[in-house]
Amino acid sequence: MTPATNPLIGYLLVAALLFAIGLAGALTRRNAILVLIGIELMLNAANLNFIAFWRYGPHPELLTGMMFAIFSIAVAAAEAAVGLGLVIAIHRHTHTTDLDQMNRMKG
Amino acid sequence: MSIVFFAIAGLSVAGALAAVTLKSTVHCALALTVAFAGLALLFLELDAQFAGFAQILVYVGAVAILVVFAILLTRGSETPKDGVYSTKWLLGLVTASGIFAVLAWAVLHSTWALPGAGGAPKAAPQVTVMDIGNALMGRYVLPLEIVALLLTSALIGAVIVAMHEKEGAQ
Repeated sequence: MTPATNPLIGYLLVAALLFAIGLAGALTRRNAILVLIGIELMLNAANLNFIAFWRYGPHPELLTGMMFAIFSIAVAAAEAAVGLGLVIAIHRHTHTTDLDQMNRMKG
Repeated sequence: MSIVFFAIAGLSVAGALAAVTLKSTVHCALALTVAFAGLALLFLELDAQFAGFAQILVYVGAVAILVVFAILLTRGSETPKDGVYSTKWLLGLVTASGIFAVLAWAVLHSTWALPGAGGAPKAAPQVTVMDIGNALMGRYVLPLEIVALLLTSALIGAVIVAMHEKEGAQ
């Protein structure tokens, strides 16, 4: 079965690529806000998997994958609000968002 | 697999790549908006209209604006002199590439087990917003209440964390 005949494989590969890009962003950038951007991309890649499996799965009328994606979107929005609030609070104390300089708890 | 899918997937991946590689933080936030919009189009291509429009409302409308606000409030738009990448960037890049290789290998070697391998394309599931509302108020009512509680506590928590501390108020 090649990707040309099963569209689910295409969506899964795109989701894997987006997840890897988000992970690379979260692991390599210095700015805390860009690390959060990487995490948002990873969450979105997971949502794409949920929707793709819902669409091509055996029982789409049960709405399971769709509901999981909707709840995941709500939780990700809450996570973004709290995460960016934390970045602003840290910036107020240390006047930087550079993660390489946040080493105060290093022993 | 249509030309539309490849165009939208290319747009999303290009937006995501730009969001993690561009130097200016504001440009990264704008590229992130493109990636989110591309993902919303992928949801619409998968006949998930409600999730697609929720994605546009929540991500393109709210999260992207929140990121831009945070960048401007922390003066993160100034590009640092000593590079935008962490000192251990090579390790992170190798980890991410390894994880993509494992995921792609797993997907390509489990094609016989994936649903939709029957050959003939399945008809689009007929799901109306009414069905989603009925499911949210019936089978998924407890998760819905928990999400409402979570959003309320996240709102209050974010305000308290980011609020100015008064001098000497202990």
